[in-house]
Amino acid sequence: MRLPCPICGERDRREFYYKGDALALDRPAGDADGGVWDDYLHNRDNLAGVVRELWHHAGGCGAWIVVTRDTVTHEVHGAERVGKAKA
Amino acid sequence: MRVAGKGHTDAAETVHFTFDGQSYAGRKGETLAAALLANGVKLVGRSFKYHRPRGIVTAGSEEPNALVTVGTGGGQDPNVRATTLEIYDGLEVRSQNAWPSLKYDMMSVNDLAAPFLSAGFYYKTFMWPKAFWESLYEPVIRKAAGLGALSGDINDDIYEKAFAHCDLLIIGAGPAGLMAALTAGRAGVDVILADEDSQMGGRLLAETFTVDGQDGADWAADAVSELAAMDNVRLMTRTTITGAYDQGTYGAIEQVGHHVARADAPDLPRECFWRIVAKRAVLCAGALERPIAFPNNDRPGIMMASAVRSYLNRWGVAPGKAVTIFANNDDAHRTAVDLIAAGVKVAGVIDVRADVQAMGDYPLYTSGAVTATKGRLALESITITHAVGTREIRTDCLAMSGGWNPTVHLTCHMNGRPTWDETLLSFVPTDGSIPGLTVAGAAAGHMSTLGALQSGAKGAAAAVADLGVTAKVDVPTAEDDPYRIEACWQVDGKGRKWLDFQNDVHVKDIKLAAQENFRSVEHMKRYTTQGMATDQGKSSNVAALAVLADATGRGIPETGTTTFRPPYVPVSIAAMGAGSQGHGFAPKRLTTSHHASTGRSAPMIEAGLWYRPSYFPAPGEKTWLESCNREVGYVRDAVGVCDVSTLGKIDIQGPDAAAFLDFVYANTFSTLRENRVRYGLMLREDGHVMDDGTTARLGADHYVMTTTTAAAGQVMTHLEWVAQALRPDLDVRFASVTEQWAQFAVAGPRSRALLNTVLDDPITGEDWPFMSCGAVSIGGIEGRLFRISFSGEHAYEIAVPSRYGASLFRLLVAQAEAMEGGAYGMEALNVLRIEKGFITHAEIHGRVTAFDIGMDRMVSRKKDCIGFAASRREGLLDGQRERLVGLRSVNGTDKITAGAHLFVEGADAVSDNDQGYITSVCWSPTLDSHIGLGFVKDGPSRLGEHVVAVDHVRGVTVTCEVCSPVFFDPDGGRVRG
Amino acid sequence: MGYSGFKVIKEGLFGQKGWKPVWRDPAPKSEYDVVIIGGGGHGLSTAYYLAKEHGITNVAVLEKGYIGGGNVGRNTTIVRANYMLPGNSEFYSHSLKLWEDMEQDLNYNTMMSQRGVMMLCHSDGQRDFFARRANAMVNQGDDAELLTPEEVKREAPSIDLDNVRFPIYGGLMHRRGGTARHDAVAWGYARGADQRGVDLIQNCEVTGIDIEGGVVKGVQTTRGAIRAKKVAIVVAGRSSQVAAMAGMRLPIESHVLQAFVSEGLKPVLPGVISFGMGHFYISQSDKGGLVFGSDLDFYASYASRGNLPMAEHCMEACMTLMPSLGKAKVLRSWGGIMDMSPDGSPIIDTTDTAGLFLNCGWCYGGFKAVPGSGFSYAHLIATGQHHTPAARYRLDRFRTGRGLMDEEGTGSQHNLH
Repeated sequence: MRLPCPICGERDRREFYYKGDALALDRPAGDADGGVWDDYLHNRDNLAGVVRELWHHAGGCGAWIVVTRDTVTHEVHGAERVGKAKA
Repeated sequence: MRVAGKGHTDAAETVHFTFDGQSYAGRKGETLAAALLANGVKLVGRSFKYHRPRGIVTAGSEEPNALVTVGTGGGQDPNVRATTLEIYDGLEVRSQNAWPSLKYDMMSVNDLAAPFLSAGFYYKTFMWPKAFWESLYEPVIRKAAGLGALSGDINDDIYEKAFAHCDLLIIGAGPAGLMAALTAGRAGVDVILADEDSQMGGRLLAETFTVDGQDGADWAADAVSELAAMDNVRLMTRTTITGAYDQGTYGAIEQVGHHVARADAPDLPRECFWRIVAKRAVLCAGALERPIAFPNNDRPGIMMASAVRSYLNRWGVAPGKAVTIFANNDDAHRTAVDLIAAGVKVAGVIDVRADVQAMGDYPLYTSGAVTATKGRLALESITITHAVGTREIRTDCLAMSGGWNPTVHLTCHMNGRPTWDETLLSFVPTDGSIPGLTVAGAAAGHMSTLGALQSGAKGAAAAVADLGVTAKVDVPTAEDDPYRIEACWQVDGKGRKWLDFQNDVHVKDIKLAAQENFRSVEHMKRYTTQGMATDQGKSSNVAALAVLADATGRGIPETGTTTFRPPYVPVSIAAMGAGSQGHGFAPKRLTTSHHASTGRSAPMIEAGLWYRPSYFPAPGEKTWLESCNREVGYVRDAVGVCDVSTLGKIDIQGPDAAAFLDFVYANTFSTLRENRVRYGLMLREDGHVMDDGTTARLGADHYVMTTTTAAAGQVMTHLEWVAQALRPDLDVRFASVTEQWAQFAVAGPRSRALLNTVLDDPITGEDWPFMSCGAVSIGGIEGRLFRISFSGEHAYEIAVPSRYGASLFRLLVAQAEAMEGGAYGMEALNVLRIEKGFITHAEIHGRVTAFDIGMDRMVSRKKDCIGFAASRREGLLDGQRERLVGLRSVNGTDKITAGAHLFVEGADAVSDNDQGYITSVCWSPTLDSHIGLGFVKDGPSRLGEHVVAVDHVRGVTVTCEVCSPVFFDPDGGRVRG
Repeated sequence: MGYSGFKVIKEGLFGQKGWKPVWRDPAPKSEYDVVIIGGGGHGLSTAYYLAKEHGITNVAVLEKGYIGGGNVGRNTTIVRANYMLPGNSEFYSHSLKLWEDMEQDLNYNTMMSQRGVMMLCHSDGQRDFFARRANAMVNQGDDAELLTPEEVKREAPSIDLDNVRFPIYGGLMHRRGGTARHDAVAWGYARGADQRGVDLIQNCEVTGIDIEGGVVKGVQTTRGAIRAKKVAIVVAGRSSQVAAMAGMRLPIESHVLQAFVSEGLKPVLPGVISFGMGHFYISQSDKGGLVFGSDLDFYASYASRGNLPMAEHCMEACMTLMPSLGKAKVLRSWGGIMDMSPDGSPIIDTTDTAGLFLNCGWCYGGFKAVPGSGFSYAHLIATGQHHTPAARYRLDRFRTGRGLMDEEGTGSQHNLH
């Protein structure tokens, strides 16, 4: 498996750390309702298909990136840095 | 026997090898199978279940029967295929799975009991009496099962791993692969051409075809020469592509040194496992011929027709003196023609088809079938039926062909399913099964030589066109005979009709599976073990499928296939795990004081990837505890020195550094004054403790954070995550400086006095109060000093650039020793911190909250931070949770143990009564008592209560008093003194 | 029909003609008391225990593929009850007891082989942690022993004590643990359920769950609508998709776990061995193949296949721990889809929809749970009450933080368990 780091180009999966669904970018406010935090921390759409997910180029440039990837075929559609993904 | 004038080996290059102790002569470069056949050896192995005598069936890696063991001791290699092993002088090979000998195998008694050992019989019996499974049935089954044996000795061969990258990977170097490589290579792209054989050419080496009017093998040799001369082409022989993975990654196993004696090349790896990354790939893996299931079709001497041609044309060996041929396609006739041309007698060709003409001077039996065979250890005769009767034919070799299966395996590795082709009567690859891979040649169902050449050229041209390169398609002339075949999967008759030769699955087993409603192809496979042997059913699966389809009244396409999964051929663990044997599994991290510590005979213990000294033995000390007690005394009474460089150090700078720390720590750092240090508690977003440590403010916008040794990497990743993803609004940068700074704890009442012997400018208590920090100079070197303590004593940590670490450590220890102190190790460090109730990851083990460790008040309510919201969940603030306490053995002398569970006095030590557990223990020389830290339900409310610590597995039961976790100097007077 | 050695001999003498289908192939009826979605190990055992323990036999098991085709058909076959935390401890203890009586109960040889599960530790701290776990096991009534390095070597001579990157400080031996023949477990439960009247319906994919007024009414399938008084979801690997049909969003992320099997070899390993520093576990099947695995691939996946980095990591762990196995050859690799939950422990619970039940989140420990999960799920479905050993497997524990069972201590990131 290889992922396209927006900074370094295509690299082997070995260089990356996986965190999970990109919804982790949308952190609720500290005083948000418990149900909102429950959803954020635990519940997932967990789609069989194209998803947006968080990877860290830990063995490379250190960028956190959002990768658009198909969980059924493992096809990668693209990647961008988290800052851009959020904006 | 050898056939004069045939084959590509050199008669002059004779080598000697042994098989089961018997010495034979063979020719350099030929396979063990060829050499054994040349010597008339027919019996080479025993089958898995019934231990039936078996011979060589194929001439390639799909071989199900001819498995042997090579070598002994640390080089012993079981289950090696005789059909791919190249012989060399001194090669020693043994047969497997037979006792006492291959000829007289006691376990062949299984064959007599075969009526009672039908498919899946073991699911229906061996259930009574219950205890007999582990004690009797299973040991007998396990002993009988298995094929070859490992020696039990540690592997002493060299294995390697490597990466390779290319524009185009071509898998297989038969006519299609060579043509693809020529096409792409001439176009200038980077090509890797890999073939599992020792020589490139594929079937061109084994047939008598011509290409461009030239002998096929010669054409192949010329093509290889042309490719070898191209800088952009890499030729990899003896290299099998084992798996197709995501984004154009392929696994490959190269047999680097199996064809040479170990003694002749001691530094040569046996194998190399490759990770090949290719922008595009062309699969030119050819096709595998399949057997026909006729009664007793497994006798030594019965083999594939294509294998007979391989042995004859490539290796110059005739597998028999009077060969018969049984087939449902034209290959039978080509086999006969080749044999006759070589002067080998063809005793008859049996063709299932009615309307077929002989291609030469041999007896042809149309509408024919082999209905019986004879010969216990080698084939002696066959009985056939044909258009006008039945007859018995004396023969010592029967060549069979049930048609060809395109080698679709790799196309299925990413869940692709092959498509049934009614004309070819076989599965062909489905387009697009592997992104970036196209299929050419026989693997794609192009069965003629010309078809292979054309599709290879076109496949390569299309692949390089994807990369923006134009390639010229220029294909030589070659035969283009049609592929004529008529379905024939099994032949009726008395006797078992074998499908999976190695696992001993026959037609009736498949029918029994269907009868018992194991109708799904997966159920049939799992119930009968069809296709689960070392060959993974390469030649047998399709016929078994056809039998199942017939038995269940379905067509083959509806019946479906099982899944081909990597690896295509078995790959040794040593190859895929190369580099890891012994200490190679993980890198070692050594501190700058490592050699000073080992020089003092300190036992070094692992701390993650680091090595740290356990203790520093002194003359006369007999146990680690004596050393530890002495070292604790250094710190409590004088001064001790300990390397703490392994703790993670993260340099954090920027205008928003303070705000950032406020967000990642549960407590507040923006209020920390410059040149001051604060203890920080870091939570995970789920509200549990991630890590702790001190963070120092070196300037308005400059902090240095300390993490635990264990969590340094995790914390760094976490900080990157927070900064990049959650708080991109904050202007902050950080870098790990763990390896840039060597840092030493100097702890004890005389610590300041010691430091003042090494610092350029002496320090005072007024300038350097507890929790202060700042720059210092040591022998002109700029360093950092932190007045922090992990022992409860007046203590410092002094840091210098790593290159000065070793000398500073020696200096500090020498000075300490002059002050009745010295170096201390992990054991003493652990005692010192337990005496003070300081936690480590033994306590913050991932399941505890700030509330659990009595630090909930540190979690600031005035700001948001990582983990704050989740830490407020009701279940995490329940007083009945197990919470941190100290535990002291009531009489002081009874040893308590970490891992013991705690119970109310008088209660049974069972789960329902569990009150908590102990995490850390030590003998405290300071308090003259065994003490520990642990977690007790509602612990802080139970101080003074007696609980019983029960350690079943160590046989220790001790009554303990629940107490404050701070055993020593609870007021902290010493640390500030 | 009953199975026995006598029957095997009799059929052997008469050409195996008397063996009957191991289960029927019924057409789905229009209505059942209970519809179980998922014909894997857990679904089949649920059906079996519904029939056997509660007399509820008007039950259909709907399977989109073939019976036992999910994780029960592709795993490393390890059975153990060596959990530490309340909730898991009593559940797996109960499950192991069911394993020990399984063959006689099912009249099917599932080859449950109690040759022991040995976990290796590599530091003083890890040994203390193992002691805590071992004592929890004994407190629960299960067996556990702490072994010295020498005892470890005696149990498994293949282990290299002298030249391993992370030295072996000892082991936690759980002798009642072991392995079982995974397919046979599915088939045994399927046969037992079928014999008691349960309809096993293969090639029947559920496409919708019918809910009216907060009450479940039945399911839509590729073989038509089926009404049901109760519907039980037990579809590891597809839990999120099926739950979504009922409007639920689960605390599940699906990940791939690879496993490997070698060629057949003469016996070389005694039982199951797991290596603490490399997350590697290995055993040897009765056929002689080494069966082994490692960590998740760590990325979300429904592909049932993995990639090389974790495969290589697994072999590397083997080479440092047991370099004498180096010449064994990997024959086949595969990947299963794991329902990873936020604390690494499963869910057996009711839902907000009356009559709809949920069983999911087994992470990569589902095989050993097959009997216990079915038993407890059947109890919940039949009685509406949580079965005591599984009473902590609640869905709401993540929201409340009460009773989390994070054995790994890695927190709410799904793939770290």
